[in-house]
Amino acid sequence: MSQSAQRIVNNPKFQELVAKRSAFAWTLSIAMLVIYFGFILLVAFGKSFLGTPIGSGVTTWGIPVGVFTIVSAFILTGIYVHRANGEFDELNRQILEESK
Amino acid sequence: MRATTRFAAPVAAAAAAAGALVPTTVLADAIGGAVQKQATNWSAILMFMAFVLFTLGITYWAARRTKSAKDFYAAGGGITGFQNGLAIAGDYMSAASFLGIAGLVYASGFDGLIYSVGWLVGWPIVLFLVAERLRNLGKYTFADVASYRFQQTPIRSLSACGSLATVTFYLIAQMVGAGKLIQLLFGLDYMVAVIIVGVLMIGYVTFGGMLATTWVQIIKAVMLLSGASFMAFMILAKFGFSPEAMFKAAVEAHPKGLAIMSPGALVTDPISAISLGMALMFGTAGLPHILMRFFTVADAKEARKSVFYATGFIGYFYILTFIIGFGAILMILAPDATGAYPFLTAAPAAGAKAVIANVIGGTNMAAIHTAHAVGGDLFYGFISAVAFATILAVVAGLTLAGASAVSHDLYASVFAKGRANEADEIRVSKITTVVIGILSIVLGIAFENQNVAFMVGLAFVIAASANFPILLMSMFWGKMTTRGAVLGGGLGLISAIVLLVLGPTVWKAVLGNPAAIFPYDNPGLFSITLSFVGIWFFSITDNSAQAQKERKDFEAQYIRSQTGLGAEGASAH
Repeated sequence: MSQSAQRIVNNPKFQELVAKRSAFAWTLSIAMLVIYFGFILLVAFGKSFLGTPIGSGVTTWGIPVGVFTIVSAFILTGIYVHRANGEFDELNRQILEESK
Repeated sequence: MRATTRFAAPVAAAAAAAGALVPTTVLADAIGGAVQKQATNWSAILMFMAFVLFTLGITYWAARRTKSAKDFYAAGGGITGFQNGLAIAGDYMSAASFLGIAGLVYASGFDGLIYSVGWLVGWPIVLFLVAERLRNLGKYTFADVASYRFQQTPIRSLSACGSLATVTFYLIAQMVGAGKLIQLLFGLDYMVAVIIVGVLMIGYVTFGGMLATTWVQIIKAVMLLSGASFMAFMILAKFGFSPEAMFKAAVEAHPKGLAIMSPGALVTDPISAISLGMALMFGTAGLPHILMRFFTVADAKEARKSVFYATGFIGYFYILTFIIGFGAILMILAPDATGAYPFLTAAPAAGAKAVIANVIGGTNMAAIHTAHAVGGDLFYGFISAVAFATILAVVAGLTLAGASAVSHDLYASVFAKGRANEADEIRVSKITTVVIGILSIVLGIAFENQNVAFMVGLAFVIAASANFPILLMSMFWGKMTTRGAVLGGGLGLISAIVLLVLGPTVWKAVLGNPAAIFPYDNPGLFSITLSFVGIWFFSITDNSAQAQKERKDFEAQYIRSQTGLGAEGASAH
């Protein structure tokens, strides 16, 4: 292993970055899986709920639930990118700086 | 009626082929019959020619800037996150997603939404687990990452097989779909259409490399998004931008009535649903032409941003297709201002509702008719040209990924053992592009009357079962060894193909056997699991000296994947 790499391993900030980022990425991945497979199971087993009209109109609960699933994918990526661009990139920059 | 079904089949197949947005079950026997050539559509042809001239201009510009291997494979690493996001979205939003999903919504309403969702949710996973690490570790192909600390020959060979299998099946489906769609929209001969697509694609890729391919993709994505936005806007405007008013009118016009507002019969068996969901989700993260895009940006940060933009564009596009599908119900199944039904082969009897299947050209023409209804002849021509451009762009991206697997993985790493010089590698890549181009024309013609709808499903399952597990495990699991990767990935590849062939889509629908040996349409759940378990088992039981070394090397790889230390930068110019 190169000297820089050795310094990185020994830097507590690296452990901090990896721990925080991995926990965050896996949490968001699981959130997406739960939302998506929840939607699929609802389609398979909860047809009557999805087909119930909201109020007195013809729009059913299925429409907002489906649109929510699509929008949630975008929002989850947004949440990740926001934190990664700020906190994680700054920590990463410091780690690389200190490894020189 | 006879003519209608004959139209419906090829467009459905084209839709399935080009973007894989409709399940293979729905389209199992969709691609059978011959297509009736339409009257030559001059406004569409002129607009398409304008697109071709413009993109050839870009190719000329790109060719002058494409000198090194990095330029050829990765556009010099100088694409921005936003541009790459558009290009990724372009790779993903095909003529098919547009025509297929809108057609599905037109025919069954809510069910169309279920499929759009499945195609989108793989993207966040790509962002959270793959994109940044891939960018930090790799150079031109995902095999760079998968083979990072392992023996090059076996892993590169397997990854190249996985890539080429994915690309080939996808490409055949695209070419057949292209031929039939273009025949229908432009009134050109099937063979002429296939040859045009093949020749233009060879031109873009050999001369302009990744830079031209990326810009062709970006332009097409912008055209498709603008066209679809305009249509959705015009539809909503008719109802004072009230979705409730639009749904209400659709429920009144549609023969299925209120049923279009709730899930129908498309998803019934949870195992099939989960299996399809897994193949879509993880297949997205294993498509070689998509993974290659992450090397076109400067660093991990731009890679991350590109997925964010791509997810936004793709999600927005799926919401648009949903609105367009409902618009189609209103434009096609309800009478126009004069009381006529211009897009139906037969107007309904007084007091009766219109018949869904009576739409001219079949249900997958729904979006095209809607374009005609909201935008007139010129816009109809524009949307037809966009559909052609879309296929062309997707095919170019696939070909480049296939050529890279041959030149960068097989030629440079396996055959020349890393001793090939850059100029030779690029030459091999260009020769391969020409070969793939000619081969896809030949295969496109050979498969004209075959059922190829299952091939897109096959491409996704292979990507999810062979490429994705090796890639993910190599980045996350320090105990993986060459043996585990090769045997596990190989198991995934073989089981995906075998189970799909034994399943209802091929065994019953294509080969004509009375009953399928394997009960599920999509083997994803089983082949993906088998691949992961195989990698785990054959790695932990591997105690060779080579395996010990590979485990020891994980730490250096891990540091680079996490921090980008020593990662490929953008090229100087």
